Amino acid sequence: MISAPDVVAFTKEEEYEEEPYNEPALPEEYSVPLFPFASQGANPWSKLSGAKFSRDFILISEFSEQVGPQPLLTIPNDTKVFGTFDLNYFSLRIMSVDYQASFVGHPPGSAYPKLNFVEDSKVVLGDSKEGAFAYVHHLTLYDLEARGFVRPFCMAYISADQHKIMQQFQELSAEFSRASECLKTGNRKAFAGELEKKLKDLDYTRTVLHTETEIQKKANDKGFYSSQAIEKANELASVEKSIIEHQDLLKQIRSYPHRKLKGHDLCPGEMEHIQDQASQASTTSNPDESADTDLYTCRPAYTPKLIKAKSTKCFDKKLKTLEELCDTEYFTQTLAQLSHIEHMFRGDLCYLLTSQIDRALLKQQHITNFLFEDFVEVDDRMVEKQESIPSKPSQDRPPSSSLEECPIPKVLISVGSYKSSVESVLIKMEQELEDEEYKEVEVTELSSFDPQENLDYLDMDMKGSISSGESIEVLGTEKSTSVLSKSDSQASLTVPLSPQVVRSKAVSHRTISEDSIEVLSTCPSEALIPDDFKASYPSAINEEESYPDGNEGAIHFQASISPPELGETEEGSIENTPSQIDSSCCIGKESDGQLVLPSTPAHTHSDEDGVVSSPPQRHRQKDQGFRVDFSVENANPSSRDNSCEGFPTYELDPSHLLASRDISKTSLDNYSDTTSYVSSVASTSSDRIPSAYPAGLSSDRHKKRAGQNALKFIRQYPFAHPAIYSLLSGRTLVVLGEDEAIVRKLVTALAIFVPSYGCYAKPVKHWASSPLHIMDFQKWKLIGLQRVASPAGAGTLHALSRYSRYTSILDLDNKTLRCPLYRGTLVPRLADHRTQIKRGSTYYLHVQSMLTQLCSKAFLYTFCHHLHLPTHDKETEELVASRQMSFLKLTLGLVNEDVRVVQYLAELLKLHYMQESPGTSHPMLRFDYVPSFLYKI
Amino acid sequence: MLRWLIGGGREPQGLAEKSPLQTIGEEQTQNPYTELLVLKAHHDIVRFLVQLDDYRFASAGDDGIVVVWNAQTGEKLLELNGHTQKITAIITFPSLESCEEKNQLILTASADRTVIVWDGDTTRQVQRISCFQSTVKCLTVLQRLDVWLSGGNDLCVWNRKLDLLCKTSHLSDTVFGGISALVEIPKNCVVAAVGKELIIFRLVAPTEGSLEWDILEVKRLLDHQDNILSLINVNDLSFVTGSHIGELIIWDALDWTMQAYERNFWDPSPQLDTQQEIKLCQKSNDISIHHFTCDEENVFAAVGRGLYVYSLQMKRVIACQKTAHDSNVLHIARLPNRQLISCSEDGSVRIWELREKQQLAAEPVPTGFFNMWGFGRVNKQASQPVKKQQENATSCSLELIGDLIGHSSSVEMFLYFEDHGLVTCSADHLIILWKNGERESGLRSLRLFQKLEENGDLYLAV
Repeated sequence: MISAPDVVAFTKEEEYEEEPYNEPALPEEYSVPLFPFASQGANPWSKLSGAKFSRDFILISEFSEQVGPQPLLTIPNDTKVFGTFDLNYFSLRIMSVDYQASFVGHPPGSAYPKLNFVEDSKVVLGDSKEGAFAYVHHLTLYDLEARGFVRPFCMAYISADQHKIMQQFQELSAEFSRASECLKTGNRKAFAGELEKKLKDLDYTRTVLHTETEIQKKANDKGFYSSQAIEKANELASVEKSIIEHQDLLKQIRSYPHRKLKGHDLCPGEMEHIQDQASQASTTSNPDESADTDLYTCRPAYTPKLIKAKSTKCFDKKLKTLEELCDTEYFTQTLAQLSHIEHMFRGDLCYLLTSQIDRALLKQQHITNFLFEDFVEVDDRMVEKQESIPSKPSQDRPPSSSLEECPIPKVLISVGSYKSSVESVLIKMEQELEDEEYKEVEVTELSSFDPQENLDYLDMDMKGSISSGESIEVLGTEKSTSVLSKSDSQASLTVPLSPQVVRSKAVSHRTISEDSIEVLSTCPSEALIPDDFKASYPSAINEEESYPDGNEGAIHFQASISPPELGETEEGSIENTPSQIDSSCCIGKESDGQLVLPSTPAHTHSDEDGVVSSPPQRHRQKDQGFRVDFSVENANPSSRDNSCEGFPTYELDPSHLLASRDISKTSLDNYSDTTSYVSSVASTSSDRIPSAYPAGLSSDRHKKRAGQNALKFIRQYPFAHPAIYSLLSGRTLVVLGEDEAIVRKLVTALAIFVPSYGCYAKPVKHWASSPLHIMDFQKWKLIGLQRVASPAGAGTLHALSRYSRYTSILDLDNKTLRCPLYRGTLVPRLADHRTQIKRGSTYYLHVQSMLTQLCSKAFLYTFCHHLHLPTHDKETEELVASRQMSFLKLTLGLVNEDVRVVQYLAELLKLHYMQESPGTSHPMLRFDYVPSFLYKI
Repeated sequence: MLRWLIGGGREPQGLAEKSPLQTIGEEQTQNPYTELLVLKAHHDIVRFLVQLDDYRFASAGDDGIVVVWNAQTGEKLLELNGHTQKITAIITFPSLESCEEKNQLILTASADRTVIVWDGDTTRQVQRISCFQSTVKCLTVLQRLDVWLSGGNDLCVWNRKLDLLCKTSHLSDTVFGGISALVEIPKNCVVAAVGKELIIFRLVAPTEGSLEWDILEVKRLLDHQDNILSLINVNDLSFVTGSHIGELIIWDALDWTMQAYERNFWDPSPQLDTQQEIKLCQKSNDISIHHFTCDEENVFAAVGRGLYVYSLQMKRVIACQKTAHDSNVLHIARLPNRQLISCSEDGSVRIWELREKQQLAAEPVPTGFFNMWGFGRVNKQASQPVKKQQENATSCSLELIGDLIGHSSSVEMFLYFEDHGLVTCSADHLIILWKNGERESGLRSLRLFQKLEENGDLYLAV
């Protein structure tokens, strides 16, 4: 709403220079990086390179143990999208980057095979030959039949725009983590089921073998065993061993969610299971017994069959498909999430950045943004919620973290977890130990870090780049930046920088090489830790365990308030849905038939800059002034203070700036898995699959329609100004008509001018057919009313005339408007019937920017101390009133009735600010005793 | 009230001119009520409003519940459930200054033949009295004696502890059933309106001689021709009664004699015979006196659809609005600023100002409105004599300065708060809080800065 993307695209620096007057420059954090090739005169919409695909898409590939890297599916699943792009080739590329060794079966010294709870790794790579750049998210799924029980997969977001990938890294990472976590959860579920079946098979086999052995024993009583008998005994023994192994595996896979989810809120069903299984884990019960009450019940009875004890690892066997590897429900959800991602990042980078800045700015204006923004508060909270969950472990990362507020102490811990991730694979730890270890965890101190760890880190880096073949160059990794982060945090703790740190910086700033594949940045392939091992790494446990109370409470609080919110949203959108259908009927020639997603739940970390190399100018939240809404940062003010103290000297240093960004990123990435797990679980309970999210008010398409229809209204009716004035000044506008579709269309269009009371849906009733009541005017500010010709309609008209002083009435059938006179200058600018604006979306943006301006005036008026309070005791009310009026007229430059608009908005602001629990009550009905006039065409 | 119809081309100008109903346009510069808040809690007609203290009031009605509200915020504070039938009377029993417990009692009488005493601060029922033979229709508190009286078919006297002190014998069991109004007059007397009669009772407080309370009938006043509908105290020396056929009698409160008698609210002039239409509109309930209010100089009477100002000194009507409302006026009240507020069955509340008369108010000011229905039955011929009479008789005028339209049904009663505006209750189950928008806006600003200060945001920049 602040700036339109199509305006930004045309902006050139020269134009600014030629500007005769000196406007204060746009703050750096609000501006969008200019189109990189603008200087060469390139059309910003021309294809950057010889990319062979028409637009961004998501590719899922697998490194199959049988055939090597292969593409599995693309989203959107449309060959037109990727065109002639060689998916096979690219799959090879992206899968080869995953240097993280998929660790196999038996760790040395371990009696049983151990499952690796592998964290995902995130890599950005570019293939200049193909003109493709990709964010690649590697993950592994469990498959009983696969080598080492793991199957490596990756999801890649492929775009022709390198900057897009780089600058949206944070968001991409967060979104893909959610998808990945969803997939992995489903996979664990499926895997556990598979294990159970296998166990039953084995059990059955054992029984059969046992009987056979017994029979054989009885058959020969010669005192020695036949070779056949020995064979049987061996087979039995191997079956026994296999059973134990599988039981162990089952236990491991079940213990995973328990660990991961501890302390998070879950959907109720899941919670029961977890508790259920927590008790099992603690008593180390026999999985056989628990098989019935297991985590993933509700499976049809399985008939065990006789199997060979030794599993055959043959290549002719068909491996399971991705779909088979995952529980169906979760799989669908993952796909939904992926297509949501596709929608979310669709379009120009400029557009994405602008909308992100837009949202960030809106969030800043939390005093006024409720007035004209669609569900901005809900949006906000969702974002906050999403953000606060990742930030939960790092506790002091506020939803809108600014540079100064980067978490320092916690980052140390996350560094620790990296360390453990590096080494953990080599260490085995008995499960039983962990409970005792938990206590030690609590006393772990930050001092446990020494420079040696840095070294480990860098080694890891090097390993990464070495293992990834000659054509691949690791340019910057999360790990190296995390070292950086450590260095910063150490600095803040006045620990001298180690030489390694300097080196790591150098690594991270290497320039782009000529190779065909450049790994521009990677995330750590951190964590590789089987949960059982985590106990030996207190810091690693720390990340999950040691932030119990303060924030957790906060998150629970947020979680608990969210359901009604969602309900509200849904209500609102349900109300809207028919109207959208209507309008789609009316304007049938819309070119893109695809569902446009609301931008609402999209960008979780809009404030965060996720880019490592070229630092883009991004918005940072500065204004902490009027902070009213509950946010996580309030939960822990002290740590914020700490971080503020820690940083001031580095504020201007770009490298530190960079580093500090990465701190928050790494800490984020560390926890993203845990949290996204939660969110995915949560999304199973509620049906809020992102892509299924009904296109609410905030969908682009809706805005476009509304803008278009509003424009049409303005051009068609000469009395549009007084009508819009009525809406802006809080006088209910009743749109009266016989045809529901027409009325609804106009109401939807005019709704863009209606100020909201609070964070919920706008006070707009699209269609009413019963006589209006005084309550309706208190509740609704724009009403579509059915005109009934029958005698029943007389009541409606009677009521309307009775309450005429509270309403303006737009009669669509007779093309008349009855409302007070308007002589201001604001609305003509807002709704100029000779405007050159032709596109609905542009007009919508125009309206929004005008209204924002208006909001800021209302804000000034509301919060100017001296305007509302007498400066001294003897000052009369009249004096105060005249001061207010002169402020409105002279300082804010309002003319005639415009004053009323600002006054009304100011009242709404006051009410909103003072409201203890927003949305609980409707504000009073304010009105003026002013004469109305009848306008005719 | 259908004064305006969308796009209406038909303008019954003639009717509008004929209508004696004074209308005021949409421009009401003197009307301070520019903000309203609809309060919804009742499920049936809300008939009674009673002020509890500076910021609270209670509402009661036919649904049998009593709701306590905050007049400032419109917040519903308490809901008192106990009665099974409609409430017929409600009164507060303020605590004595000497008394230690400060809790205020609310007494409600209901058609279920009970009286419930509530604690005004909690939803607690202090006591429920259900020994009544008939519905209690009026309640009154004699603060001086710290007793309260309930009037139905008999009159009972109760003390604060809710002991029945004494009661009268069964009063005349007329069709109109028992006591309809009850006021306190000097010398420990109360006057009760029973049908057409006024009965004066004297309360005998316990003395050295006898420890018993007693109540004695002292006198019956039989001067009214019809049922007495309204009865209030004018001052310490007089009280006023009004009857169904428009008799207004001012009585001496000490010797119970008639001080003044006014029956001029309708003129049984010769036109009555010739003009059938007049008969139609001047039927008796058009002149029944529903309510009184008074100040030092005047008694204001709600007579039928009209408002009359009766001067105590001049002993005559000094101002009137023959057709103040479209329908019967149910309640009137005098505001401190020489304003009079009336509410009516037509669902509107009107604000009047008593002005010294310069000249006769001419035709209603054309306001852009036009009457659809008009009140054509009162035609020119009918209104002419009335006007003449006014010219002769009145020296002041009631000017309409504003009307409040919100209720969709009869406005039963209203309550005026000096600080918080006006509360109206109606048969449409709603209560509306009318506020001075400007003042509220200022108060909100004040609260806003208070909150800013509390949050520490006010001086953040400093």
